[in-house]
Amino acid sequence: MSSTALAPPRPLIPLPGGTTMRGVLWQAALAIAVILIGWSLYNNMLANMAARGLQFGFGFLNRSAGIPIGEHLIPYTPADTYQRALTVGLLNTLRVAVLGVVLATILGILLGLARLSSNPLLRGLTGGYIEVIRNTPLVLQLVFWHAIVLQLPSVRQALNPLPGLYLSQRGLKVPALMADSALFWAGVAVLVALVAWWLLLRRERARQEATGERRATWAPGLALLFGLPILAGYVIGAPTVEWPVLAGFNFRGGLTLSPEFFALLLGLVIYTAAFIAEIVRAGIQSVQRGQWEAARALGLAPGRIMRLVILPQALRVIIPPLTSQYLNLTKNSSLAVVIGYPDLVSVANTSINQTGQAVEVIAIFMAVYLIISLVTSLLMNAYNRAVALKER
Amino acid sequence: MKLTAFAAAAAAFLMFGPSQAMAGRDLDQIRARGQLLCGVQGPSNPGFGFPNAQGQWQGFNVEVCRSVAITIFGDPNRVQFVPVTTQSRFPALSSGEVDILSNNSTWTLTRDSNVNRFNFPAIVFYDGQSMMVPRRLNVTSARQLDGATVCVQPGTTTELNLADYFRQHNMRFTPVVVADLDELRRAYDSGRCDVFTNDFAALAAQRTLLSRPADHVILPERISKEPLGPVVRQGDEELTNIVAWTVFALIEAEELGITQANVEQIAGSSTNPIVRRFLGVEGNMGESINAARADYARQIIRTFGNYGEIYERWLGERTPLGLERGQNRTWLNGGLLYAPPAR
Repeated sequence: MSSTALAPPRPLIPLPGGTTMRGVLWQAALAIAVILIGWSLYNNMLANMAARGLQFGFGFLNRSAGIPIGEHLIPYTPADTYQRALTVGLLNTLRVAVLGVVLATILGILLGLARLSSNPLLRGLTGGYIEVIRNTPLVLQLVFWHAIVLQLPSVRQALNPLPGLYLSQRGLKVPALMADSALFWAGVAVLVALVAWWLLLRRERARQEATGERRATWAPGLALLFGLPILAGYVIGAPTVEWPVLAGFNFRGGLTLSPEFFALLLGLVIYTAAFIAEIVRAGIQSVQRGQWEAARALGLAPGRIMRLVILPQALRVIIPPLTSQYLNLTKNSSLAVVIGYPDLVSVANTSINQTGQAVEVIAIFMAVYLIISLVTSLLMNAYNRAVALKER
Repeated sequence: MKLTAFAAAAAAFLMFGPSQAMAGRDLDQIRARGQLLCGVQGPSNPGFGFPNAQGQWQGFNVEVCRSVAITIFGDPNRVQFVPVTTQSRFPALSSGEVDILSNNSTWTLTRDSNVNRFNFPAIVFYDGQSMMVPRRLNVTSARQLDGATVCVQPGTTTELNLADYFRQHNMRFTPVVVADLDELRRAYDSGRCDVFTNDFAALAAQRTLLSRPADHVILPERISKEPLGPVVRQGDEELTNIVAWTVFALIEAEELGITQANVEQIAGSSTNPIVRRFLGVEGNMGESINAARADYARQIIRTFGNYGEIYERWLGERTPLGLERGQNRTWLNGGLLYAPPAR
């Protein structure tokens, strides 16, 4: 710490060793205070629990949970343990957070660009959207989206816009691909196509550097991406598709996107995108006009000016606040509990109720959110360093 | 922060240390506070506990709490009602936010055990878990529900029974778990679920709040035993006794045929020693359980009537819930209610 730079004119209490020594003493005092407070809180908790005869421990994690969970990315039945139930909740949180971050970023960038558009209608609409969304509580928005989703037709009158695709109050039903060898080879084909596209892109870039001539790669790239899996399908056999069929109360088979998941994702994306849009706008406006003029003078098309000149410079301003938005989105996903999406907090709350181990379960989910946030920060900081202005 | 202020804070901290939980008895705390903190099902549970237009809590469970207040203070108004959800109720009780729960909590081994450390002094309502379905589904038995989507409240025995029942009968189901009872009911009402499951009486209460109550039927199966009653913390036997003997007084009065209308007349004229002891005309039963007054039972009956009267007022066939007495008749009438002898 540079305490020397801000040396106070007159010491409160004269201490030996000058300003450096004083700085060290102050920090030591602060550290001791923090440790004492933490220790007393912990002791207080143990004393209170002991007074009520409660045991502190994590043994309950291995007991059978008995709680049903509607959505699970890993196999789960009520006979499984609390540990597995909490893992299911965690995966549900990560699922909505990861998808939410990706979609909110895309929507946010588009909105941020639209906010700077020269078209007054587009600019005004985007401005209105951002102001309305940023200035109403997220919980309210989630309940609103949930209510909207529940207005979809009942399961028997499900909308069927495409074969195998059903939209109803029970969510979106899509055909599922069965995990068989054909699916495996189709996946391999997709991977091969992506690698080939990347190699092609590299070759074309080298070629452009050498000759100045530019050739687009998207046509052969897309051909590879779709062609290879189809070819694999012909040679090895197509993957088996499980179609959703209406049987009894619900659809059987296929994959489900539940209305709770959908409402939560929609709410989080729309809310966070409004904030990201403002961050993107600020970032773009922070790039000096001279950069636009220089790029235009070189004869670059508007789209390429944005992509090659402006955005890379704007990113330096955008990344740090964007990280906060990613963290916010992840933490806000805990509002899932309001509309019944089984995220970590929802499962943890139920576990608290069934086991009575409130302190332990809350400690677990606080630690988990902390870890998720720290990892997100770590990745974003690494990315920030990569795009930061490098002084050579 | 000024160093002096900091030093003072640190010194105070070291001298007094972390605050210790009071080891005093719950009943002493309640008396010192002058009020009983009673946890009821929030935001509203028609019939059992709900705020009226003036914001005052009313209903079956509310009168149970008010009766306990009569026993403790001799005054039914010395209660503060705290709405709790199915998820917040037990932490609220064990942390001391409320003294007693009167919110249709089921008596189970785990809750009564050394793990959760609660006491269930008496049962006020015998219930069983049921399933409600829209009439148009033409379902007549819970065994036909394979593959159904079920709306259920988290943190309840209901949630566990549901899983057990479908497992036992080798059926599949998709749970929709929402903590807020209003939000959950809206989900069922809009068709998000095929089935709404809860205790029978709670379903009957929720049905009155649906957009078209007559379009929904409660299936005949009772898939569990749900003995419901007030809950207190372990560790204060006196409070446990007070709650138990308050509930028993309501039942005993019905067994003895004592009602709100005739209690004073019977107290004045009865020669039956059981009745005289019960109403505090002779003996010291009130004092033995540390009640505020020797005639606490008489006071309760005068204020609210006996068990049957409270039941009929809030839950019975002339109320929107329209619940039959069923198992909740006294043992004399073929029910399960049975008060141990007051002597």
